[in-house]
Parts: sequence; structure tokens; C-alpha cells
Amino acid sequence: MAQKQLVLGNEAVALGAIHAGISGVYAYPGTPSTEITEFIQKDSYSKENKIRSKWCTNEKTAMEAALGMSFSGKRTLVCMKHVGMNVCADPFINSAISGINGGVVVLSADDPSMHSSQNEQDSRFYAKFAMIPCFEPSTQQEAYDMVQKAFDLSEELKVPVMMRLVTRLAHSRTAVEVSGIRPQNEFNPVTGNDWVLHPSNSRKLYDKLVEKQPVMVQSSSSLGFNRIEKIAGKGVGVIACGLAYNYVKECNPQNVSAILKVSQYPIDPEMVKELAKISTEILVIEDGQPQVEIDVQAFLSADYVVKGRLTGDLPRTGELNPDSVAAAFGIKSSKVYDTPDFMVRRFPQMCVGCGHRDVYTALNKVLEEYPNARVFGDIGCYTLGVNPPFYTLNTTIDMGASITMAKGAADAGLYPAISVIGDSTFTHSGMTGLLDAVNENADITIILSDNLTTAMTGGQDSAGTNKFEQICIGLGVDPEHIKVVVPIPQNIESIKNMIKDEINYHGVSVIIPRRECMQTLRRHNSDKKK
Amino acid sequence: MNKIDIILSGIGGQGILSIATVIGQASIEADLYLKQSEVHGMSQRGGQVQSDLRLSDCEIQSDLIPLGKADMIISMEPLEALRYLPYLKEDGQIITSSEPFYNIPNYPDYNMVMDKLKSFPNSHILEIDKIAKENQIPKSSNMILLGMAASYLNIFTIDQMKHAIEKVFASKGEKIVNDNIKAFNIGLSSVSK
Repeated sequence: MAQKQLVLGNEAVALGAIHAGISGVYAYPGTPSTEITEFIQKDSYSKENKIRSKWCTNEKTAMEAALGMSFSGKRTLVCMKHVGMNVCADPFINSAISGINGGVVVLSADDPSMHSSQNEQDSRFYAKFAMIPCFEPSTQQEAYDMVQKAFDLSEELKVPVMMRLVTRLAHSRTAVEVSGIRPQNEFNPVTGNDWVLHPSNSRKLYDKLVEKQPVMVQSSSSLGFNRIEKIAGKGVGVIACGLAYNYVKECNPQNVSAILKVSQYPIDPEMVKELAKISTEILVIEDGQPQVEIDVQAFLSADYVVKGRLTGDLPRTGELNPDSVAAAFGIKSSKVYDTPDFMVRRFPQMCVGCGHRDVYTALNKVLEEYPNARVFGDIGCYTLGVNPPFYTLNTTIDMGASITMAKGAADAGLYPAISVIGDSTFTHSGMTGLLDAVNENADITIILSDNLTTAMTGGQDSAGTNKFEQICIGLGVDPEHIKVVVPIPQNIESIKNMIKDEINYHGVSVIIPRRECMQTLRRHNSDKKK
Repeated sequence: MNKIDIILSGIGGQGILSIATVIGQASIEADLYLKQSEVHGMSQRGGQVQSDLRLSDCEIQSDLIPLGKADMIISMEPLEALRYLPYLKEDGQIITSSEPFYNIPNYPDYNMVMDKLKSFPNSHILEIDKIAKENQIPKSSNMILLGMAASYLNIFTIDQMKHAIEKVFASKGEKIVNDNIKAFNIGLSSVSK
């Protein structure tokens, strides 16, 4: 019997995956994707049926483990934020070549407008690059319904299928009607060597993948997620991808011939041509980069007018919203009041009592004595050390780059080269860089600020907890230069001296300030009271 | 069509999502459509947070409220109430705490903030934290705020909202439920319509 639940877009995906019969979810936390895996971890049916859901060390290990589960015949979901796709790009692209056995859905949550990210890259390009289908829901209900279809399509075509969310859907709550739960797949591992991607296999498999392309296009026009809604006679033909459809409906534009609602890729060129035929021009509305806009232009004759982000009819960057979409139709905003002139931005900050604060306080004091020093930051709560009152960081590029960039800068002659990295980011992508640094005895000082959790995303387990000293020793860091300290205000002076000593040591040193995150501490204390 | 669009605002950690959860629960009781957009991740750490809450007896399209269309701003912090003015419709309500949250060095002059808020005929401003403390319910100031908004949330009955509070806080025990109902009543009676 149909039943309604009030859920986030992310939770709709999680429910959809559980109900589609997954045997495991593999993921690394990242806003705006985190709640999918968290939901599966807490779900009672998942627990009873032993759906595998522990956090992975990074997106690459997640993707590969998922592929192993698929190899064994089971359905798996892989979840990450958009930049995680860069980390797992190797297994992701190659899984389209090897093909899959049990269904694989790779969910990438994009963050246009960069609410919590370093860029707003568009995951649809990855699906196109890997030559696999991609679903992009416009509502939470569609997200729920699509997951099952995505698994079906994955098993039918024997390729992984991508599902792309954007922040506004991932983090928006509404009622979703859910259906029954289908059983998990039987254990049925692949035999033989078809999954060995050596050149002679790969050439054949790649040809096979190319042969599947028309079927993917056909699926996009037949599954019903892409459809043409005729509105008036001649007028603007609208192509509305994902959430854009809701914004078009919200502003209810006039002079529109029809809306081609797009929630599945690759788009069938015939649908675009049909829309073009009944329209005077086409307006493409899509979150992310102007991918469909470019495709549509190629599907039509060169003189057919196609508008979108490239033509400036919609902003080139940032997420869509009901106002930017309305403006593209020439609809005037209903804005009455302006923000007062005295308004100021309120930057996010590290929590009161956070150990990272004590680390930065001590580090800033040291930096006063070393004007040539540069601080290479990383991704996590401590990235906020770039903001007032600290202004400590010089760089933050991607997960793990603090160590490798400090090394490269030291190679170029920079001294002191200081790296600040968190515990979870270190195991995610910092360890391999540390090995590079050790192998060349790079003159760098690494501050591995350990708060025993993946804090920024809400306090998930951190893969290396209780193992950091051993990891550093194992990678070859001189144990004399691995220093552990508790970051509290009383210890600022000793942390300061420790940093200075290690700067003065011309080799790899790792200082580990270790104290539990204030958020998880509070949660653990209130759990104890219960 | 009966609908209400609400902007909820405050600082990460002030409890605006609890207000949203109660309104969400009430919308289920009242059998309404709901879309509620939330902020997760980085901004939650002491930054400005906002939630768009849309309620209607018809299907809702956009998860986000267009500029100039919000019926109400409900804010746990006075400066944060003003931040979202471009979303407020002409005769929209502003329900806000008067108590500033100073976690930035360049917080604007408090009197300017207050004067601006008071320049709106439909603004309702209360020292919710102070009142909550005086009434020995220091953790329920957000429900005082919801109580202040309640008489303008005419898409629900007051009973539906109280029932929603009971349901949302039920797992935390009877005292917490009672504290929150008490807070709601204080807010409700503070606003004369």
C-alpha cells in the first residue's frame, strides 16, 4: 500500500535505493550528499537485512568496492558530492568499459552556487564522458521513483548509471509516496576474465559500450522522465532540465509553445527537433554548465536560435532560482524591499571551544616570527581558518593537497612550508602525498589536526581514528618528529614551541593536535545521559 | 488556493530547523502540501542560515520562494531578519527576536537594525531568549517565536500547531513537551492581532 513520508531529497534517494533492493551503499561524506548514506545507516530495514553502509576512506575506494559487490551479482549505490567524482574518476570511467553485473547507481550531488564546495562542476559531464545514462530528478518523488528505474536500466544495459542531484533538491523536504521493497539480488559472481581490462579485452568492451549508445537514447525518450508538454501554439520552446522544470512552472511564462522536461540523459535529438518544429526559438534552462545548450545547438540547423546560459539569457554561473528563470522569460521580479545598506556577511566560523581554534592561535603566533612562511590548507572545518579572526591559510585546493603542495613549494625553495590537514582528509588523500614527502625528505611541517571525526559534514566516523601515529611511522616519518599534543588554550605556548622546533628541523615532521570535535562531544554526552 | 510562504532565518545552531520541523508536522496534520529547503554543511557553523518553507493546499512547484513573495519572515536574530527583506512581499509579516547575536566584528549599529525593523508596520519583535529564561524554559525560545507567528499562520488551527509540537518533542519526554507548549503560548499571547 502506498504510504507518504516527509523526507529530504537525499532521503528519498536512500529510500528508493533500499526499496530497489541494494545490498550495499559505498560513500564518503560530502555536502550535499551525506544524508543519503546516513539514512541507510540508521534505517531499521537496512540493519535487519544487513545492507552494507559503513563510510569508506574516499570516493575511489567506495567506487571500487561497489564494483566488487556488483561483480558478485549484488546491487550497490555509490554516493558522493560532485568533486568526489574527480577522486573516483578512474574506476568510474572504467566501470563503464568493464560493465557491471549487479546494478550500480552512482549518485553525485552537485553544489551549484558553491554553498559548501570549492567549485560548481557539473557531474553530467562525467556521465557523458563515461558514455552512460544519467538521471536528474526534478522532485523528491521523482528521485525516489527514479532510483529503481536506474537500477533496472543499469542491469538491462550492464553499465553503471549516474544519478545527479543538486543542493536544492538534496536538501529540500517534502512528502514522498513510497512503494514496496524488492528483494536483493542473489550472490552470482562473474566467471572468466571479461573484467580484465587489458587492451584486447578493452577494445572489444569499448565497442560494446559504443553499441549500447542508441539504446540509452531510446530509453531516455521511452521511460517517461523526458516528455514534451504542449502549452500554446507557436512560441518559445523550453528545455527544462531537472529542477528548472519547477522554476518554469512557478513563473508560468506566456508565449511558450511547449516544455521539454528533461530528467534523463543522453537526450533524444528527435525530441529536441520535435520541440524546435513547433517553436520559434529554444530556451535551455539547466543547473550547471551549458551542456544541453551546446548539444541542442548541434542537433538543430545552425541558424536556429538557441538561448541559455551561453547567450546570457540566464546567468553563466550559479544555481538556478525562480527569479533568474522568470527573468529569462522577461518576467519582472516582485521584489519590494532591498537589503539595508548596513547589511554585512556573517561568515561561518569554527565552534566555540573547537581545537582547531587553538591550533590556529598557536600557529599564527609562530607565523609572526616567520614572515616568509606559507600555510597550505585542506578541506574540512579548519578551512574556516581562512576567515576572520585567523586569516591563516594561503591555499585550499582539494582533499589532500596541503601536504603535496607544501612539498612542491618546499622543492621550489619555500621555507617554512606548513601544511594543515584534518584527520579524515589525511586518510582520504593525504597519506600518499606524505609518502612522496618522506621519500624525498621534504622540508615541510605538517599539522594533522585530529578531532576524531569527519566534522564538517556532521560528525561521521573518520577512517584513521586511533591509527595516525602508526600510519605516519609506517610511511616512514621519523618517530622523533611525530608529536602529539592536546589543543587547549593552556597548551598554546607548548604547541607554539613544538611548531617552531619542527620548522627548525629540516625534514618531514607531523604534529598531531588531538581533541574531540565539540559537536560530536556534545552528542556523545547527551547520548550518555539517555 | 490557500498558501503561505515563510522564510526562516537565524544563525547556525539557533534552532530554526526545529521551527521548520514543527510547521512540517502541522502541515501533515492539516493535510497540506509542503516544501522546505534547508541549509546543511559549511554555513551551519555560526554562519547565516535560512530555510524556505512553502505550504499550500495545491501542489507546490519551486522549492525556493521567489523574491517579493514571502508572506512572512520568522527570524531568531534581528539582523538576519533584515537580510531576507528582498523576499518579503509588501504587506508581509516580520516575526523576530530582538536579541542580536554578535559573532562578527563588524555587526551594524544595533539601533539602526532596530529602527529598520520597527519601520515595518507588520513587524513583531520580542526578547525571546530573555523571556524564555525568565520563564525557566531557556531552550524553548524558538517556540516563543513560533507562537508569535501562529496567529498569522492561518493555514493551520492553533490546536494543530500545539499537537505538532507535542508530536515533534514527544520522544524527549513530557517536561520538554510542556516547556515548548508553554513557550508557544507565551509567544501567541504576546502578539495582539
